[in-house]
Amino acid sequence: MCLAIPMRVTRVEGDPDDFTISQVATVDADGISKEVRLDIVDHWPNVGDYVIVHAGFAIHTLVEEEAKKNIALLKELADSMPQELLT
Amino acid sequence: MKYLDEYRDSSLARPLVEALKTSVTKPLRIMEVCGSHTMAIFRNGIRSILPRGMELISGPGCPVCVTSSAHMDAFISMADEPGVRLAIFGDLFRVPGSNGSLAEASSRGAKVNIVYSPMDGLEIARKNPDEHVVFLGVGFETTTPTIAATILAAKNQQITNFTVFSTQKTMLPPMRALLDDPNLKIDGLICPGHVSSIIGSSVWEPLADEYGLACVVGGFETADLLKSLILLARQVGEGRPRVENVYPRAVSPEGNLRARQMVEEIFEPADMEWRGLGILPGSGLKIRDKYCEFDAESRFDIRLQAVEEPKGCKCGEILKGICSPRECPLFDSRCTPANPIGPCMVSSEGTCAAYYKYGRE
Repeated sequence: MCLAIPMRVTRVEGDPDDFTISQVATVDADGISKEVRLDIVDHWPNVGDYVIVHAGFAIHTLVEEEAKKNIALLKELADSMPQELLT
Repeated sequence: MKYLDEYRDSSLARPLVEALKTSVTKPLRIMEVCGSHTMAIFRNGIRSILPRGMELISGPGCPVCVTSSAHMDAFISMADEPGVRLAIFGDLFRVPGSNGSLAEASSRGAKVNIVYSPMDGLEIARKNPDEHVVFLGVGFETTTPTIAATILAAKNQQITNFTVFSTQKTMLPPMRALLDDPNLKIDGLICPGHVSSIIGSSVWEPLADEYGLACVVGGFETADLLKSLILLARQVGEGRPRVENVYPRAVSPEGNLRARQMVEEIFEPADMEWRGLGILPGSGLKIRDKYCEFDAESRFDIRLQAVEEPKGCKCGEILKGICSPRECPLFDSRCTPANPIGPCMVSSEGTCAAYYKYGRE
């Protein structure tokens, strides 16, 4: 139940500053499409962004920049290993 | 960029496995407290590549598993009330109370709906105005804001036949309780990733400062988990415990302010009973008086009854990390996922269920 997974946003409805109208996004992961609420998301997503979804709510919008930086740091750590260790 | 595949890439993972080996310079015991981490560690085969001297222990990070029998009994007696319909997360369905489970209550006629989101519970209430729908709010900091948003929606939509029975819990108090226990010796903690995305990585700083515990906030993919273990081993090796974050794509130091504000509006801290740990002061969240119309406990005047845990079941010690599932006499004999005696075997994120699925030897 604590599972929270990244899903790609395909449609956004509502306004981040107007709580009186419905704030929902349609998201997609591996061909499964569903609607999620945007009431508590930290950054308002755009179509094409990824959001982490928990219990029907988007809780975090993934910023591509951060994800790329993260991977680059991991690669750097991996590349810093002496090659003889890998054979 | 799919944010997943890159972190599962073997060309990335293999050097990290080697880095992990060279990082471990002294024996160390690492705890992961998130049930999803427990599952991810097994699923990705991390246990099989652990270097000598490094031990992984599962902590109390499955909300279903730490729900007390007293709460389960209260849930079941509520389900038996005429005119009441429960909306629950699926893994709560078969958790045994002292006298049966919600599944058994359901088979004798109680109305229990399994939902994916608290919002689905509100929708059921809207469609069934003749019934009273109670959502069982079982979860940690990731779930709390979703419930807060649902209560606000209920208020805005003026839905009067919907309440929440909150046993929402926070993770810092049980960690302090574990670290105060001389029976448990741990050097490092993989902090829960999605709980941290809400409350922020800085929340864990007291554990590093006061207890000298190495802390790393980790994601759930192979590379995330390997890097978490490498950094924990390095922190311990250097003797410099602190909080590091290897999941910055989802977690910031301050967390999700919007979600935290919403939680603050609806909930206040309360004492809460944890299975295996007892009552921990301020470790729960109850609905503020301002929103008492949505609080099932005050609306139905619920009183918890003290009950004994199932005989022979070691879930309490397993949740404290003092005992492994394999040391429980019921594990894989009387207690299996098909016929669970204790809660750690019920939830897919439970330590016993994870050991049963991946770790039987």
